[in-house]
Amino acid sequence: MSTEDRLQETVESIPTDVPAASPATGTGNGTLLSVQDLHVWFELKRFGFGHAGWVKAVDGVTFDLHYGESIAVVGESGCGKSSLMKTILGLYRPTKGDIVFEGKNIGLKSARELRWYRSQVGYVQQDPYGALPPFMSAQKILGEPLAINGVKSKQERQERILKVMEEVKMTPVDDFLPKFPHMLSGGQQQRMVIARAMIMGPKLLVADEPVSMLDASVRVEILRLLRGLQASHNLAVIFITHDLSTVRYFSERIFVMYAGNLVEKCKVDELLRNPLHPYTRALLEASPDPDPHNLLVFKEVPPGEPPSLIKPPPGCRFHPRCSRMIDGLCNVEKPPDFEPSPDHLTACWLYK
Amino acid sequence: MSEVSAPDKNVLRVEDLVMYFRTQKGAVRAVDKVSFDLGYNEAIVVLGESGCGKSSLAKAILRLLPRNIDTYTGKVYLEEVETMGLSEEEFRRQVRWVKMSLVPQAAMNALNPVLRVGDQVAEPMLVHHGVTKEQAMAQAKRMFQHVGVPVDFINRYAFELSGGMRQRVALAMSLVTAPALVVLDEPTSALDVLTQANIFNTLKRIKQDLQISFILITHDIATSSELADRAVVMYAGEIVEVNDSTTFFTTPLHPYSQKLLASVPRLRAVQEPEFIPGQPPSLVDLAPACRFAPRCSFRFEKCDEDPPIIRKGRIQVRCWLHA
Repeated sequence: MSTEDRLQETVESIPTDVPAASPATGTGNGTLLSVQDLHVWFELKRFGFGHAGWVKAVDGVTFDLHYGESIAVVGESGCGKSSLMKTILGLYRPTKGDIVFEGKNIGLKSARELRWYRSQVGYVQQDPYGALPPFMSAQKILGEPLAINGVKSKQERQERILKVMEEVKMTPVDDFLPKFPHMLSGGQQQRMVIARAMIMGPKLLVADEPVSMLDASVRVEILRLLRGLQASHNLAVIFITHDLSTVRYFSERIFVMYAGNLVEKCKVDELLRNPLHPYTRALLEASPDPDPHNLLVFKEVPPGEPPSLIKPPPGCRFHPRCSRMIDGLCNVEKPPDFEPSPDHLTACWLYK
Repeated sequence: MSEVSAPDKNVLRVEDLVMYFRTQKGAVRAVDKVSFDLGYNEAIVVLGESGCGKSSLAKAILRLLPRNIDTYTGKVYLEEVETMGLSEEEFRRQVRWVKMSLVPQAAMNALNPVLRVGDQVAEPMLVHHGVTKEQAMAQAKRMFQHVGVPVDFINRYAFELSGGMRQRVALAMSLVTAPALVVLDEPTSALDVLTQANIFNTLKRIKQDLQISFILITHDIATSSELADRAVVMYAGEIVEVNDSTTFFTTPLHPYSQKLLASVPRLRAVQEPEFIPGQPPSLVDLAPACRFAPRCSFRFEKCDEDPPIIRKGRIQVRCWLHA
């Protein structure tokens, strides 16, 4: 097939109407990933040896992810969302708790099984330029995972590279394949990262702030690309972000994370309409829309800063900053998940 | 502290400012005939995508020039003094950090790691005002209170502070000499949502209390509406629109501004964000035509000619649609 033919085919295959965040393939399709009571603690050493405490980055996180479902994890820096993500990717070992992927526990795997797992899970990094090796062409970047995962035929490798490049709309493909990362624009670099994550045909994509380094005009394009891939491949996506406004256009469910705990879990629309946890409310209040009215108002921001994860406050970890703290309860006992309305869970004593 | 003057007086007036960089491929036209003004106690935001020349504009105004400068012309009036005619030494003594200061991009990493933050904040007072160490430290303490840093942090080092606190220290350092104008280059882009909201609350209060003018340089349209009285939009080295924020954030004039605003995902409105197809032009060889025309959905024959700047009062728009 000539380049022109391929281009023509790609142009025709571009959907005129991008589907919304895949409602059809969402829940009720079986559980792909199950995270149960996950703890990720990092040991603090005194003088290089001798135990000095734990950094409790992830402290009791439980959720299920279905095939083809998109969830977002929202939280501030240091809340443990990156540790959660890296544990799911198999880069950290869980201290306690299980990660079950397609019925298999991935906590204590052999190198061989981990390789299989990693071909099932794609990773889209935050900074595309930092994530792409500067001395490798697009061809090599995409060829390497295939070679490592035992695709021996050169022709098959080439076919899969062409296919994935067309899927991320890096066309004409032949122009892009010999290019090195520095020759690409920010948006194209992020497309390369997505292509690399997609090349093994994963069932789950973990996207760590995939658009935060990009310009506003390109962001939407990349989000739509991810949404299109999610729908066409029935891909489950874990979208890690601190920006609530992009979540709305991408994910079905949202988890709000604070100091190592998930404090609120529900559908995105429900969260925006009816935020329950005081921390979620503060986040929503603090996220601006472009509106000239903003000029006139001072925002209500909870005082203080997120707690140290070495010695988190007892009880609810948000209680020192919370304006609705119940003395004798919030500062004593850790709140379990309450379900004040169906499918809307929040770990807050106000809803007991 | 500068007093609020009659509205016809401006703290800053920039006329036909040009800054080109020399590269192997030719001159990069980073800032190309830019004109705007800024009133006392007014905040203006310079919006645009990366590579549009907004940071170069800040550098050109503050005369922080890189070595490969090709052309640097135009007029910059700061409190009615033409600064482009001053020598480098005069500029350093009379303007930079005296009348106008900068909070640099990634300010949280711009602090000196081996100096106590209090000494760093006091340093501009020692250099520019020749006061005693005690007076400078007293002024630094006052500034810490203004920006919301606990005064006992004065003896700490930068690594002992959180990102938000470091950003506040950088802000205190820019305010300590009581300049009339502070340039903020992406002040909150590396910070969390709550910290960002906090910093903008602080900036609003400082603007009220100290009567300072701000130039805010950012690509974050949503947060810029927190502070800006007026908005300047740059595209490919040129200003394409200058407008009041009340009209800009609701009904912008230039097609690029409209697309830029449409690309912002919104939290409180059901509106699917749009992206802008194509890429900005290379700033090396530019034809005398509208630079946005290849990406513009309103393009017509006229757009092959260089569009004029249409002015209505303080509003500017560079588009044939409004001619």
